[in-house]
Formats: sequence, C-alpha cells, structure tokens
Amino acid sequence: MGKYVLKRIVLMLFTFLIIISMCFILVKLLPNKPAKQFGKDMQLIEMRREALGYNKPLLEQYVIFLQRSLIGQDWGVSEVLYLGQDVWGKFIEKMPATVIVNAYTMLISVPLGLLLGIYAALKKNKWQDQLISTLVVIFVSTPSYVYAFLVQYFLCFKLKWFPFQMNAGYDYFSWSTFVSIVPAVMSLGFGTVAQLTRYTRAELTEVLTSDYLLLARTKGLTRAQTTVRHALRNAMVPIFPMILGEFIGIMGGSLIIEQIFGIPGVGPLYVASVSSATPDYNFFLLLSAFYTLIGLVSGIIVDISYGFIDPRIRMGSRKV
Amino acid sequence: MSEKMMNTAAFEVPKDKFRFVPMEGRTHDKKLETKPVGYFRDAMNRFRKNKGSVAAAWIILLLVLYAILIPIFCETPYSRALTDTMYLNYTKLPPKIPFLGIDGCSDVTVNSGKYHYYRAIAEETGLETIRATYRADYKDPTASGKSTFYDLRVDNYTSMGMLYLTLTGDQFEDIQKWQDEHGIQVIYPAIKDAKQTDANIWYEVDKKGQPKLDKEGNLKSIYRTTTPEDTAYHSLRIAADNDPEHPMAYARVAGTSTAKSYVTRINKYTYFQYRYGFEPGFVFGTNARGQDIFTRLAAGARFSFLLAICVSAINLFIGTIYGAIEGYYGGTTDLVMERISDILAEIPFIVVTVLFQLHLAKKVGVIGALLFAFVLTGWIGMASRVRMQFYRFKGQEYVLAARTLGARDSRLMFRHIFPNSLGTIITGSILVIPGVIFTESSLTYLNIVNLESSTMTSVGTMLANGKDYLATDPYIIFFPALFISLLEISFNLFGNGLRDAFNPSLRGAD
Repeated sequence: MGKYVLKRIVLMLFTFLIIISMCFILVKLLPNKPAKQFGKDMQLIEMRREALGYNKPLLEQYVIFLQRSLIGQDWGVSEVLYLGQDVWGKFIEKMPATVIVNAYTMLISVPLGLLLGIYAALKKNKWQDQLISTLVVIFVSTPSYVYAFLVQYFLCFKLKWFPFQMNAGYDYFSWSTFVSIVPAVMSLGFGTVAQLTRYTRAELTEVLTSDYLLLARTKGLTRAQTTVRHALRNAMVPIFPMILGEFIGIMGGSLIIEQIFGIPGVGPLYVASVSSATPDYNFFLLLSAFYTLIGLVSGIIVDISYGFIDPRIRMGSRKV
Repeated sequence: MSEKMMNTAAFEVPKDKFRFVPMEGRTHDKKLETKPVGYFRDAMNRFRKNKGSVAAAWIILLLVLYAILIPIFCETPYSRALTDTMYLNYTKLPPKIPFLGIDGCSDVTVNSGKYHYYRAIAEETGLETIRATYRADYKDPTASGKSTFYDLRVDNYTSMGMLYLTLTGDQFEDIQKWQDEHGIQVIYPAIKDAKQTDANIWYEVDKKGQPKLDKEGNLKSIYRTTTPEDTAYHSLRIAADNDPEHPMAYARVAGTSTAKSYVTRINKYTYFQYRYGFEPGFVFGTNARGQDIFTRLAAGARFSFLLAICVSAINLFIGTIYGAIEGYYGGTTDLVMERISDILAEIPFIVVTVLFQLHLAKKVGVIGALLFAFVLTGWIGMASRVRMQFYRFKGQEYVLAARTLGARDSRLMFRHIFPNSLGTIITGSILVIPGVIFTESSLTYLNIVNLESSTMTSVGTMLANGKDYLATDPYIIFFPALFISLLEISFNLFGNGLRDAFNPSLRGAD
C-alpha cells in the first residue's frame, strides 16, 4: 500500500510539473509589453520590468520560476488587477470565501443526498422511487446557474428572504453572512444532492439484491439491520471516495455561482485575470497551478481511499 | 462435396431410385414468419419502450428545428437590421404572443403624473395604453407628499409613445406618402415649447411635471400652429387639427434654407410599422439593446448545436482511432499512449480554453480557438471507451477466426471489432453534446470566450446580459435559461435511454 501511494504521488508531481511548465512557457510566449500611451512613463515601466526579470532569457526565467514560485511560494506581483500587490497574498486572502461557500454546500448536500438515495433504493420501483428518480434526472441536468437565477428571482427578489449578494468583508462566521451565503449554497446544492442521490440509489440497489444480503435476512436479521450494517457499508465503498473527491474538488469552487452571488473568492479572481484586455499573467499562472493541483489531488485521494476503505481493492489502481 | 463422394462410395444407389425435386413446394427448413431482428432494430425497440426518452427525443427535435428554421424563416427587416440604430428605441419590450393570451402588458403602480402621461399618449395616438385600472387615485400612507397613485395594466407596446426624429426632406416626404397610402398617422404635430425634451408631453405641465388640467379634467394641448401656405406637410392630420385658418405644424424646420431638415414627433408604434412593415410584436420580447430575443436565441442555439456536433464528430474520429490502437495492440503501446492521455486529461479545461484563446484567437478566430480547446482534451473520454470495448472483443473467437483467414490489423480493428462497440460509441458521442453546450454557455457567460456580435450570439452571453434585468424584466433571461435547461434535461434523458437500449445490462447504473 505504501509503495502504491508513493508511486501515485510521484506520478502526480511529475504530471503537475509537466502541465505547469507548459502553461508557463505558453504564457511567456505571449506578447507582454505594455503599449505606449500618453501619460505613461515608458522608461519607468521598462525599469520596473527589468527589475522584475521580464527581460531575461526564457530558460533563465523558467529556472527562476521553478525555484521561487513552485518551491518558494513567490508568484510575483500583479500587473493588472491589483497593481504591485503580491499575487500569493491576494490568493490566500480570497481563499476562505470559496472554501466556506463550498464547505456549507457539502455539509448540507451530502446527508441529504445520501438519505434521498437510500430512501429511493429501499422503495425501489414504487412511486416514491419513481418520483425521486424523475426529479433527479431533472436536477442533475439543469445547469447550476439556472438555479442561481431562480433562487435570486424568487427567494431574493420576490420573497426578500436573502440578500442578492454575499456580505462584503471578512466576517465569515456571523449569522448575517451565513444568511447571505444561503442562495449560493442552494444553487450549488441542488445539483450535488441530485448527483449523490442517483449514485447512492444505484449502488445500494445493486447491493440490496446480492446474495449475502439474502443470507443475512435468512439468518434472522431485520430489514433495518441488514440495510444499515451490511448493505449500506458495502454501498459506501464507491460512494465515500466520491464524496471525498468532491470535498477536495470544492476548493476549486464554481466560477459562475461565485460571480452571480458576488462571493469574493478565487473564481472571480480567475475570471477577472483572464477576461480583461491585458490578462494578469501572474494570477493566471498561480490559479492554473491551483486548479491543476486540485484536480490531481482529488483524483489521487479518491484512488487511495478506495484501498483504505475496502481491503479487497487494495493494490492496483481503480479500474473503471 | 467430399461427403457426397463418400456416400456414393459407401452405398450403391440404383439409378431408378432417383427422382427430381419438385420445384414448387420445395422442402426447406421452416420459413421464418417474422422479420429477423438485428442489433439496431432490437435497440430501437427497447428505446421505444422508454417513454421519457422518446419524449426527450421529440423535445430535442423541436429545439433543433427551432435553431435551424427560425433564423431562416423568421428573419424580419427588424432582426436583420444590423447597422440600423433604430432598434435601440425598442428596448425591453415584453413577450407578445396573441394566440396564447400573452399580450405584452404589465401591471404597474404609478403616480398621477405618470398616469396622465399614459393617458395623454392614448388620447393623442388613439392606441390603447391603459388596459385596465385596478385602483385609481389612492393615497399611499408610506409615500410622502400629496401625490396619489394608480394601479394599472399598461400595454408596453403602445405606451412607448413618441420620439423626436430629425428627417431630411426626402424622408419626410416618404413617410407622408406612406401615411396617405395606409391611413396610419406616424408624424404628430410639433409642440410650442421647443425645450421640452420628452416628446410625449404635448400638454401643459407645471414645474413638477404634473399636467395642468382644465375644468373638465382634460389636458390642454400646446401644439404649434403654422400658416396655411406651408405645404411641406400635406398628409393626414389629427382630429384636433380642425381649424383651417390655423393648421398645426407637423415639424419644426431646422437646417439651412437649401438643406432643410425636419424635427418631427413620430409615434414609435406606427413608425415601426412604416419602417419594418409589420406591427411590433415580439414572441420572446426584446432585450436591453432592443434586439429580438426570439431570433437571437435561435442564432445562439444554432451555434451551440453546430459546435457540439463538430466537437462530438471530431472527438469520435480521434478517440476511435486512438482508443482502437491502444486497445488492440495493448502492452507497451497502450501504456505509453495511456500516460499521454492521462497527462492531457489532467489539464483543467478552463486553463486550456484560456491559453487557446490567448494564443490562437487572433489567428484562427474565437470560434476556432474554442473548438481546438474542446478537441484537445475532449477525445480522451471516447478513446478510453473505445479502448475498453477493444479489450473486451479482441480475444474473442470470431476475431481469431478472421485473423487466421489472414485479415490485416486495420481490417480486424475497423471491420470486425469496431461494429460491435458501435452502440457504446454512439451513446458516448450523443452524451458529449449536452456537456459541450453547457461548457460553451458557461464560458460565454463568464466572458472568457466572447462571441457577441451583431449577427452572432451565444446562450451564455444572453444569460449574462439578461442577468442585470432579472428583477425588472425577467423574461430577458427566462427564455435562454428555459432553452438551456430543456436542452440539457432532454439530452441527458435521451442519452440515458440510448445507453439502456444499446446496453440493457447497464440499465439503472449511474
């Protein structure tokens, strides 16, 4: 097991290095000279660029990038969005909002999704199951921003239950901030709950029809006992890694939902850094590295947790 | 052949025992009474039993027809008028579908000044602006001052009212000719007070904008009069203009004596009829820039479909070949190719898109860069699906048999194994489509990819533009959102139905 984990981590770091190097070189190949403009002191700008090392050869810049950015957490200063401010510091400052919104989403939707899934599986082919399954198809397919519009129109505008946007400031744990986060949590939650319900139902129905469950019933266990002790535990084998993976994945957040509800998180930062006329390359590089790492880490955690949860699948990677 | 010879060697059958086979009524095996059911027919039969998927297929068909037919047949001079800035005057008109009872009206609460404003438009143009008065002339205790309020149902189309328009002599003449032909008043009399900026105020008002009413409660007009000799305007006259000694002036003449221009008060509603040839009425309404949502959404939808089908087809092509080679050869080839696709798959899609936009958008255009981004990582899913199928089938006897008969690798791959994995591949490429459309709309919503132009748009951009008017004019965002939700739901239902049909053993999974 230890060897396998090590192998996976080394492979992950290797992949990460390749991807981030590609990003770095592709970004550096882009024209990055500020245009001449009336009122701009070009000499000053040139001096600044020289001091920041933008005029060095590409390979030298790459070595500096590897040393200072990947190892030393120094990702340079912002060029466009927050001129002159430290990119890493800004990123850390934006992180909590994203994490909090997504953590609330998971906290609420995981139990709900599991419960609905279990209920649907127990009532298989009855009207409750059919109702849940139909709703699940609808909720899984509808894009999350459509929920965001519906929530914003009906709950925020018509009923005035929640504010339109998340509260500004850094007071993340007050009640009013929580209330202002609820619309975003709901918009993200519908899809997550539906997905989890579908997954749980599928896994559980498969386990419920297996032979060892029949045996458990024949030896005299009640239905509740078999369901909780045998079926659920076995069904959790693929479900739990999925939840774990999502938990890591939520750090990436949802770009659109954060933008709609004005959450001062990482998503809007990324969008702002690339959609302006002159992209903020330092932010772009850092956030690309971040999103890549998130994807890699969640993948690896899913794979490794399979082995920890179910000894039968220990060794060897997850085969689809 | 050899058997026959053996038979003849073993038994000597006398010649007279032979007789001819009767040609009619040949002794066959029992003839099959039903038609043979092939793989696809079988899948279709199963698919047809899934009612939800069949309904979804019909909805998809409708949406596709909408995207194809509307830009062709419902193109009007209005939706085509790209360089015409006139459409900026027809912004935020709500949907109007007469046969469904959606009449383009909205319920509003206005103060008395605004009420008389609507009344004045109705009185002057003869168009019905106030459809119903729910509550008239009441005081609101929460509001300050002496103003009274009205709860009304206002027709948003006819209450657009008037607009100052500066015309050249020819244009002035042309409108008059059209007026004579159709008997519809477009140009209304000019008013005395040239400083009045709102073209709708044709009546006396006090400093606060409240109308000065006469004793009977009527509005007092401030129309400008002219001499009877002035023949620049010779067309229809409004009912109040009945004094031949002092006819009303229908334009304020400006410009030089050689190049006269006419500042006219035109009615937006009837001017629309003059300019575009039909009465204003938009099925899905107009957006904040006056563009017709119905045709624009269809244009966006058409683009989405085209992009998704292109991506799906290219992914199918690349993914099939890549996956086939991986799965068929296996071993080291498979290992190396898998590592390559693993690394590619780990690059976040959004990073790929941004890099491609930054690098390629100037060379191949925004759409080209978007397509490249989709294709770069999109084929991986298809490749792994094909690879799995190849692993499943390549060891089977029929492949071995074909190989023994001397079939080449490419023939084995694409003639023998590939057709067997067709069901999975078709399902996979159908299920790619909603994903692509969803991603495309997200990217355009975030403005990472911008396709907006006078002829082109995308669903995401329409959503982003409509979001600013979510509270005041929700219909702007409603139709694009409805479209994309319907599309996603029905495509997923359809795809799941197809998967169940092609692969009954997977039914209910995921």
